[in-house]
Amino acid sequence: MIQATDFPVLGTNDTRSGFGDGLHLLGKQNDKVVALCADLIGSLKMNKFIADFPERFFQCGIAEANMMSIAAGLTIGGYVPFTGTFANFSTGRVYDQIRQSIAYSGKNVKICASHAGLTLGEDGATHQILEDVGMMKMLPEMTVVVPCDYTQTKLATLAVAKWDGACYLRFGRPKVPIFTTEDQDFTIGKAQVLVEGTDVSIIACGHLVWQSIEAARTLAAQGISAEVINMHTIKPLDEAAILQSVNKTGCVVSAEEHQKNGGLGDSIAQVLSTNAPAPLEIVAMNDSFGESGVPEQLMEKYGLTANNIVEAALKVMKRRKVHPV
Amino acid sequence: MNYFPKITNISELQLIATQIRRDIVRMVHAVQSGHPGGSLGCADYFTALYFGVMDSKENFDMNGIEEDVFLLSNGHISPAFYSTLARRGYFPTSELASFRKINSRLQGHPATHEGLEGIRMASGSLGQGLSAAIGAALAKRLNNDPHKVFCLTGDGELQEGQIWEAAMFAAHHKVDNLIVSIDRNEQQIDGPTREVMSLGDLAAKWEAFGWQVHQANGNDMTEILSLLQKLKEQTTTGKPQVIIMHTVMGKGVNFMENSHHWHGIAPNDSQLADALAQLQPGLGDY
Repeated sequence: MIQATDFPVLGTNDTRSGFGDGLHLLGKQNDKVVALCADLIGSLKMNKFIADFPERFFQCGIAEANMMSIAAGLTIGGYVPFTGTFANFSTGRVYDQIRQSIAYSGKNVKICASHAGLTLGEDGATHQILEDVGMMKMLPEMTVVVPCDYTQTKLATLAVAKWDGACYLRFGRPKVPIFTTEDQDFTIGKAQVLVEGTDVSIIACGHLVWQSIEAARTLAAQGISAEVINMHTIKPLDEAAILQSVNKTGCVVSAEEHQKNGGLGDSIAQVLSTNAPAPLEIVAMNDSFGESGVPEQLMEKYGLTANNIVEAALKVMKRRKVHPV
Repeated sequence: MNYFPKITNISELQLIATQIRRDIVRMVHAVQSGHPGGSLGCADYFTALYFGVMDSKENFDMNGIEEDVFLLSNGHISPAFYSTLARRGYFPTSELASFRKINSRLQGHPATHEGLEGIRMASGSLGQGLSAAIGAALAKRLNNDPHKVFCLTGDGELQEGQIWEAAMFAAHHKVDNLIVSIDRNEQQIDGPTREVMSLGDLAAKWEAFGWQVHQANGNDMTEILSLLQKLKEQTTTGKPQVIIMHTVMGKGVNFMENSHHWHGIAPNDSQLADALAQLQPGLGDY
């Protein structure tokens, strides 16, 4: 049985560097991959791709709407465009362009979004988008991927290039622990059971996956066996993995750096209520905007830490009527 | 490569344009919805472009490699677009009867979703098609494909900010395989453009953005055909090309001409009869 202690920290890096390194690899592997950026090359770590494949990069300036529709047009001619900007400017600012020119038009565009969520930090709530996953998962024919660390973001970047159709790939700004490996099985739409357990299912995405592993360690010390699932693909959602886990544990905690409304917890609630009703606690932003601060302070203030996941696990286990095992 | 044969005889092209106008008023009348005004105004442009100018492969594919590509930005004039595509041979003209009806491939605004041959991008929400056309033109450049990308926008549509983002980009990146036409009929839903939101000196604006600007009467078949032909053959100017194409909204149906009221209103039975009496049958109605 895989345990929480089986995940040593292999290093630290930001997930956006995983994107940058993945994109650079893609440049070598696939001459149809092109990249666009709206004046945030350094932030998106696109420098290596641009240095080696300058003819396949298009600087769009501070004009994200134009960038999204140009990306859609580049698919006419057989290219696979990757757009890069902050998550805020990748979604809310350009929602209509994505809806009409990309999703409804069936265009194979990869929308790559950095600095998502509270951990953007000091820039504050203007830039801390916490609604992006909800907006993107609502669009028909849109795939939504939220990888958990540097290595997984690199693999996810390679995976979305092979995926046929529009994708939203969400990652972040701060350096965070690396705990997944290059040889992991990363398949879009297939959840990873990182820690096996029988008392409570913790299902998380993005930066909250590591917090979930830490929570599982704390719970283990209290004699509670938590299962930790990395739900890196929000859509299409791996419903079978959720149901299989809840069938063992009978209760669920979801954890994400996003609003409760429209996030991963929301999607899990739909699966549970229509298939196997079970108590669910959602660790997420509770219908508020963020603010300036360092990422760790913000995550603590708004309740998105390992401790919050532990508290949610203890609470949800009490709400469970009968332990199924 | 099997391209549709070109027609450059002006009276033949005019016959086709008149048939497209008949199709437009009949399609819009049949469902009592749609946009006849701008459609009628652009019938000559569509005819010149599709029958006399573009290299268009007989078998449609989405990538459009080794052929000229057209994207419609002002998607509400779909009746003119659909009729042109059907008359050119992309799909049977009988399918025009399904316009705006349930289970149709001819959606109210153009869509790729139902797999209608000839459509490469959904449009309707304005201001996006020019950017998409730039993307298609960049793809042609990467593919070393010497063919051109054509794009039509409305004039009211130029009020969308994204148009000017695109204008800046195309000049900066020297996208000179792109030929944009602006349907300058001076009308939009709420009234004349000068009353709703003045567009000012359009030629000066596009020139200031770094484009090569041309003017044409979009309802003069000889004039619009020869200008489009010239721009298609022209190479490496280093500048994107724009035609300020002066048209009459509702052109060909006297009671619809020059009035914004016919932007998005369908004719009733007697108005249809009146309109058809002014448009001599050419190729046969669908």
